[in-house]
Amino acid sequence: MVRVFQSTIIDAPIDEVWAILRDFNGHDRWHPAIAFSEIEGGDPVDAVGSVRHFRLADGGELREQLLALSDKDRRLSYCLLEAPLPLMGYVASVRLKPVTDGNATFWEWRSEFNPPAHRRDELVKLVTEGIYQAGFAAVRNLLRGRSVGSPVDARPSRAVAASAPSASVPRVVPTVTPGQAATTRAIVVERYGGPEELQLREIGLPQPAPNEVQIRHTVIGVNFIDVYCRTGYFDLLQPPGVPGMEAAGVIEAVGSAVSGFSVGDRVAYACPPVGAYCERRNMVPDLLLQLSDDISDDIAAAGLLKGIAASFLLHDVHVVRPGEIVLIHAAAGGVGQLLVQWARHLGATVIATVSSDDKARIVERLGAHHVIVYSRENFAEAVMRLTGGAGADVAYDAVGNDTFGGSLAALGVRGHLVSFGQASGPVGNWDIGRFSSKSVTISRPNYAHYTDTPQKLAPQLNRFFAALRQGVIKVEPPRYYDLAAASEAHRDLESRRTTGALVLKV
Amino acid sequence: MTKVYVSSVIPAPAAEVWKLVRNFNGLPGWAPFVAESRIEQNAQADQIGCIRNFTLKDGGRIRERLLALSDYDLSCSYAILESPMAVENYVATLSLTPITDGNLTLAEWQAEFDCAPDREATLMQQIGTGVFQTALTALKNRFGR
Repeated sequence: MVRVFQSTIIDAPIDEVWAILRDFNGHDRWHPAIAFSEIEGGDPVDAVGSVRHFRLADGGELREQLLALSDKDRRLSYCLLEAPLPLMGYVASVRLKPVTDGNATFWEWRSEFNPPAHRRDELVKLVTEGIYQAGFAAVRNLLRGRSVGSPVDARPSRAVAASAPSASVPRVVPTVTPGQAATTRAIVVERYGGPEELQLREIGLPQPAPNEVQIRHTVIGVNFIDVYCRTGYFDLLQPPGVPGMEAAGVIEAVGSAVSGFSVGDRVAYACPPVGAYCERRNMVPDLLLQLSDDISDDIAAAGLLKGIAASFLLHDVHVVRPGEIVLIHAAAGGVGQLLVQWARHLGATVIATVSSDDKARIVERLGAHHVIVYSRENFAEAVMRLTGGAGADVAYDAVGNDTFGGSLAALGVRGHLVSFGQASGPVGNWDIGRFSSKSVTISRPNYAHYTDTPQKLAPQLNRFFAALRQGVIKVEPPRYYDLAAASEAHRDLESRRTTGALVLKV
Repeated sequence: MTKVYVSSVIPAPAAEVWKLVRNFNGLPGWAPFVAESRIEQNAQADQIGCIRNFTLKDGGRIRERLLALSDYDLSCSYAILESPMAVENYVATLSLTPITDGNLTLAEWQAEFDCAPDREATLMQQIGTGVFQTALTALKNRFGR
């Protein structure tokens, strides 16, 4: 058994430090070694017994379980369930104490585990320095960043966190002229909330790191996932931060370690980290694509994220086959329009639901076989009637609360409900025992899990652009808003008034 | 039940600070308000149950019983038997924790006691600031750079 004990003083009030450390799933936002983390089974982060599943920047995957959490003692304990390293029996705890003399915080991080004898020193060093000391430094930097009130630097983007050392290593960017700090206009979310929290600000724009490029946006995609980021439903954005995961633009500077991209290239992306709602940004170009001349910036920003989503929803989450009955909700929306066209092309019978007659006409033009205005008619009954009681083979539902139950009812035996959003609110808790009445399968895909590496992304891009070029799907010209009017765009998107895609013009 | 909690960062390794504060009879050596101290009944200063009998520089006399001493946790608990302060059920703990980052020490001093409600604020101030923080500040200065 070895014991590791590390402790430090953080120059911030204890409540600020505890707010960061108490979040059992928040470590990917501050610890440089951790690229991505999620709580299994959607448990609350502060439920004792919840399991966090996370990936290291080097690709290793770990699972840890929360054993104890005390707001009284400001202590949390956890154990390792699975790890790529032999940290056998690893139990750790984090504890904070106030330093009343001043307003600082004492933070101790301790653990016990049984390493194999020949790897003992190596593993103790890894835990001591690579995890605990690196964590101390990261939280110290995070809080220091906050105290100077720089909204964007306050939270390192996931990409920066994942390639941690670059954050502390002096940046040398020979292809960019060193100069005074530049700024850019951006929409900043200072705190989670309604559309009014989308505020136009001037923020700092550092030179790109060696592994980054700098992009000047021309058109920025507005997606429902941005709403979930703004409200805090998803924690991809930590306030203060810049939302947005989709944009098209031009490369203006290239880090020294980047290959394959040049200044002047037309590019687009649809991926985390968030930060698209701005004039210029730096990002790691792993998931950036070069636009060919036949794809306009408008179409890329309006269609890329939604097209990629439609691609994996129809080909991976569920493989739509000729003759299948496919139910598509919010069919006049950005993703919905693509699903209708593409599913029809794949040979499916498409039943679409919409909220109004105007939207019904749009969806009919796109080729839906049947269109149900669900404000007027019970769509589950309508599906059963239209299918002679057989029900749908698959339902694509991003409406969530309002439709989830109906979607289940509209499925046939061995039907598949693909829940990929919750525009009307979370779907709530369901007893899966009831799904046996039809042997129902439920999928809850996460965009990142189908797109977060170049290998995963490539087939989706190929399918989307092929479908676009062959005319299988058409991306309607989007509805334009000024960058400064982002809050208006969100209001319209959430009000269900819009059809097709919304974009911000820079 | 009233609680008082005070903590400071002492600029010295915990083992060194512990060497000084471990001595239950050693207050005159570092606490600026203590004039002299003795252990009653010829007991040892690290004998659990022993009583220290000390006088303050302002003339007051206090008797305290050692309840717990841990060289493993670097902590010491004691109860007041007699004092000029009108407190009852007074139990205090002084504990040290190493700060590995920089090899410093977190010193925590906490007490729980009962008292008349109208005396509570005064006593919290007197014990928290007048006694504990004054003594910790003296420790800081003693080891200070």
